[in-house]
Amino acid sequence: MKIIVCIKQVPDTKGGVEFNPDGTLNRAAMLTIMNPDDKAGLEAALRLKDKYGAEVTVLTMGLPKAADVLQEALAMGADKAILVTDRVLGGADTWATSTTIAGAIRNLEYDLIITGRQAIDGDTAQVGPQIAEHLKLPVISYAMDIQVDEAAKKVTVKRQYDDRYHIVEAQMPCLVTALAELNEPRYMSVGGIFDAVKAEITTWGRADLKDVEDCNLGLKGSPTKIAKASDKVRKGKGEKVTPDSPEEAVSYIVGKLNEKHAL
Amino acid sequence: MDFTLNKEHEMARQLFRDFAENEVKPLAQEVDEEERFPRETVEKMARYGFLGIPVPKEYGGQGADPLAYAMCVEELSKVCGTTGVIVSAHTSLCVDPIMTFGTEEQKQKYLVPLAKGEKLGAFGLTEPGAGTDAQGQQTKAVLDGDEWVLNGSKCFITNGKEADVYVIFAVTGKIEKRGKMMKEISAFIVEKGTPGFTFGTKENKMGIRGSSTYELIFTDCRIPKENLLGQQGKGFNIAMHTLDGGRIGIAAQALGLAEGALETTINYVKERKQFGRAIGAFQNTQFQLADMATKVQAAQYLVYAAAMKKAEYQKNPKVSYSVEAAMAKLYAAEVAMEVTTKAVQLHGGYGYIREYDVERMMRDAKITEIYEGTSEVQRMVISANILK
Repeated sequence: MKIIVCIKQVPDTKGGVEFNPDGTLNRAAMLTIMNPDDKAGLEAALRLKDKYGAEVTVLTMGLPKAADVLQEALAMGADKAILVTDRVLGGADTWATSTTIAGAIRNLEYDLIITGRQAIDGDTAQVGPQIAEHLKLPVISYAMDIQVDEAAKKVTVKRQYDDRYHIVEAQMPCLVTALAELNEPRYMSVGGIFDAVKAEITTWGRADLKDVEDCNLGLKGSPTKIAKASDKVRKGKGEKVTPDSPEEAVSYIVGKLNEKHAL
Repeated sequence: MDFTLNKEHEMARQLFRDFAENEVKPLAQEVDEEERFPRETVEKMARYGFLGIPVPKEYGGQGADPLAYAMCVEELSKVCGTTGVIVSAHTSLCVDPIMTFGTEEQKQKYLVPLAKGEKLGAFGLTEPGAGTDAQGQQTKAVLDGDEWVLNGSKCFITNGKEADVYVIFAVTGKIEKRGKMMKEISAFIVEKGTPGFTFGTKENKMGIRGSSTYELIFTDCRIPKENLLGQQGKGFNIAMHTLDGGRIGIAAQALGLAEGALETTINYVKERKQFGRAIGAFQNTQFQLADMATKVQAAQYLVYAAAMKKAEYQKNPKVSYSVEAAMAKLYAAEVAMEVTTKAVQLHGGYGYIREYDVERMMRDAKITEIYEGTSEVQRMVISANILK
């Protein structure tokens, strides 16, 4: 089995977030870490490797410094590392990022792609599902548990959903987005570290991306315009209603949507 | 001279620090209070390679170097002196002599499981009448057919009852040296469970209370002839070589204790208020901390330099790291004692209370001036070298 894990180097928000005067993150002022959801995704892949002997490739897009998280992933037990870095890819939003990563993944063989649910610096949760869309793969998001049936080439995922969870199956190849709550990631090993710093990291640029158009890459290929950036706002508790009939439920939902001017 | 760490050591430090903070620190107080050997931590450390750091990969180790090993002991000791010495005694005193002097068969049989952390190691040199004076050994080994027969006892043995493999020294005869009759000492590998090998008293100690310190007793204990470690009669050299390396481990433990006490105190003086302001705002506190931090930094340079000299020795056996190791241990141990004592003082009454980490750190620090060569022995080693 071949697993690709997409990881991202993000600012460590534990010590607070710093913004530039223009509202973007002041990345230079903050320490960096492997995004926690991605780390849980990597741990899930490494556990599948421990169980079935899979080959785990970690992939990241970013500045050359992002190689740090790839080395950390190798020191934890990943087999191969790929860094996608190129000036023309800078300033990418989720659309341009997912286009880039999909372009890189088209060069690789895989049965399963795991991404984190979302990165703590952007909190969009869009890149994972968008990669799946570009590659025309089934996607299961918010995984709390991942089981693989190698013979049937099938994954079964426990998918978090507000106050309950869903059990969702998908045929491989497919993409799963992982939650930090999925597991307790292992530490690097001492020997893993000493090997990781010597290991080769494959570096790809724009020219290595397959079946992508320039108009969908980098800042120019990014339709998102940031109006304002702020710290995360916690989602409210919500409202729970138990209508007597489906009709009543529909009219309640439609009423709420009208009230919020969503319809 | 370059004082910057390379990438692998920076990453290793992060690993040891995260592990110590998450897995070791939460148990430190309980381990001390209950004199409990932290077996679960040893198992976790084995999983991440902490028990075979400087051992080549072909023998089940991590293929790292003495500096990474010293950093491991340092970071563990920052939060728990007991955990630091478990790794130090295992690695420096048991793994290292088998790796250095063992035959290929001994390495396969003992070094591999020790380096993987499947087995824990210990070292038995000290006896009731033979501490600093290692020539005072009474334990005897006599060859009887294909077996050595051991009789005698060893005391103050770290990892005592918890270890599986022991490097034991015993008198195997007499030799003439410079016209004087001396005891011939040899080293042996002894496995736990060998008939005739039992444990005596468990020591109730001032510090490193979770560490298992026992008396080992050998009564007609028969071990296979092939468990002689190194050549017969070379035991004293093996012991001295082993202790040179061990001193780097203990120096790292002392360094970690000093760093832990310093960090704890820096946080405390920012919080603790007297006369309407944080005690860190008083010049006495500031100057005390400045001296403590300077000494801790100097100790770290000495410990790292000794570890790097040992790495050089591993490439070129003509290089000696004996003096560097002695200086590192002497200085780091005395700094540990001074810094932890000052840390208690700066904590005032709270520093004397068991709930506060500095109280334990001060008790843990004292042993670093005593075991694996007292500070007086380090001064003997250093002065003998500079006056030769």
